[in-house]
Amino acid sequence: MDHTSTFERIVRGILIGLVLVFFLFPIFWIVLMSFQTNETILRIPPSIVFEPTLSNYSALITGRLETTAGNLDIAFMKNLGNSVFLSVASVLVSLALGIPAAYAFARFRFRLGEDIAFTLLSFRFAPPLLVLLPLSLYFKQLGLTNTYIGLIWVYQLICLPLILWIVRGYFEDISPDIEHAYRIAGNSWWQTFRKIAVPLAMPGIAAAGLLAFIFAWNNFIFALILASADKQPVTVGALAFVTASGIQYGQIAAAIVLSIAPTLALALYAQRYLVEGLSLGAVKG
Amino acid sequence: MTAAADHIPRPKTSSRFMRRALPYLLSLPALLVCIGILIPFFTAVYYSLLRFRLNLPALKGFIWFDNYINFLSDAAFWNTVKVSLVYAGLTVGVELLLGLGIALLLQKPTRFNNIASILLLLPLMTAPALAALMWKLMTNPNFGILSYFVSLLGFTDFKWASDPSTALLTVTLVDVWVYTPFIMILLLAGLRSLPKAPFEAAALDGVPRSFVFFRITLPMLLPYIITASLFRLLDSIQQFDIVYSMTQGGPGDTLMVFQVQSYLEFFQYTNVGRSAALLIILWAITYLLSNIFIKQWLKLRERAHGGA
Repeated sequence: MDHTSTFERIVRGILIGLVLVFFLFPIFWIVLMSFQTNETILRIPPSIVFEPTLSNYSALITGRLETTAGNLDIAFMKNLGNSVFLSVASVLVSLALGIPAAYAFARFRFRLGEDIAFTLLSFRFAPPLLVLLPLSLYFKQLGLTNTYIGLIWVYQLICLPLILWIVRGYFEDISPDIEHAYRIAGNSWWQTFRKIAVPLAMPGIAAAGLLAFIFAWNNFIFALILASADKQPVTVGALAFVTASGIQYGQIAAAIVLSIAPTLALALYAQRYLVEGLSLGAVKG
Repeated sequence: MTAAADHIPRPKTSSRFMRRALPYLLSLPALLVCIGILIPFFTAVYYSLLRFRLNLPALKGFIWFDNYINFLSDAAFWNTVKVSLVYAGLTVGVELLLGLGIALLLQKPTRFNNIASILLLLPLMTAPALAALMWKLMTNPNFGILSYFVSLLGFTDFKWASDPSTALLTVTLVDVWVYTPFIMILLLAGLRSLPKAPFEAAALDGVPRSFVFFRITLPMLLPYIITASLFRLLDSIQQFDIVYSMTQGGPGDTLMVFQVQSYLEFFQYTNVGRSAALLIILWAITYLLSNIFIKQWLKLRERAHGGA
């Protein structure tokens, strides 16, 4: 592998360049669009030379969108707030429920544990609508439709399996002898769990929490079915944007940029956790 | 997996009862969530055996397997099966080839390659529903940059997702954009974890590189390829976000994949029984696939953890 020719290196470089263009150009282009008015967006041929404007973002933040059909009130910031709240709360709940269970599955061999782990895992792959459609009828009866509590509960379907399976793998990698030694020294089970097991499994917990956040943020179908406009996250809210007629294209682009920026920033910041998390611990990076 | 602690004598600080109950107490919340999922699931099975339309509650009644039997002679159902299978096969096929190619390009852990592989994660971190909107803007007939590019190539009337003949191509493009990095990242991790010895031996013997690739790299990478493809196949056959955001299953019934069809069946035609039956069929398909996948994945996981 060490004696690659110059020719091969050039070909490789060009190919990687093309790959990067394909995967990064859409993001680049939408960011550019978000700083343009309709006049420059509609130019033919398109050009990357334009006078950048922040008007799209300021319209979104104030919530007053000027359209050809008059002023339109769209609470996009509310959607953004919903996304933040739903994702953060779901991950926190999921960590609180998932870490002890993951520990139990890793440390104690019991039948029920395997059954729960597998049920959750196999439902990770079941069609979400299968659960959501009956649930939407139940939620109506229970009064949980369009409530944060109902949504956070359902979001556990996304977060909990991830956390259980990733963190469990990390607990399994910790030698029980370390914990045993700490117990012998006179510490309770709870202290051992808190002071030894959880800190040692921290990289796994971070990876799982990060990934659960991203998946919760990116989820679309749950809120589409169980939430109305005032509780909807950005993924569903942005769709309403596109269908509302007469909205400036730059504003749609700005809304998309604001919606994808948090997960992209997180991914860049914590990329080393992602590979491990994405494969549910199947491949150790 | 060998790390279970139950054979080690435990300090006798806690009562016998507490010790036996502990694992159950710890997993109780997860168990409750499990039950919370299983109830709607069994409800869905029950609904699928009913004549149940939200707008005609008086007609509600048990009809055994009529919903399923009706599918057999229903062209819309077979269209859904066909579209879903074509969509899953096409997207996963393209993503696998592309992902493998990119993983091979970035195999050497140089600084440049590592930065490139991190940047390639960005589409994967984009919500698929939003990615579909991004591509919708780029393929807009009035100002879309991609519409402009294809017009330079001579296709002045290329309609992307709004034309039945190119709609599948367009959503496939979005799916490939979002999910190829997933396969790439798994295969890259796989490639970099392969043992060095066989490659060094082959290099010493002057074995041709195509031979090395087909006889050493590919067979050793196969478990990773199978895991990644099964995972994607499971997701792709249930695709909803991209198709719904892009075209809502249209134009016509061109992109009526399972979940979009059952969503419309439920909310537009309020036919709960039919919608549930459709989802049960989709579930059966994914259940078979996921069992194969979980076995494969556990094998790989065991190996990764054992070797670490």
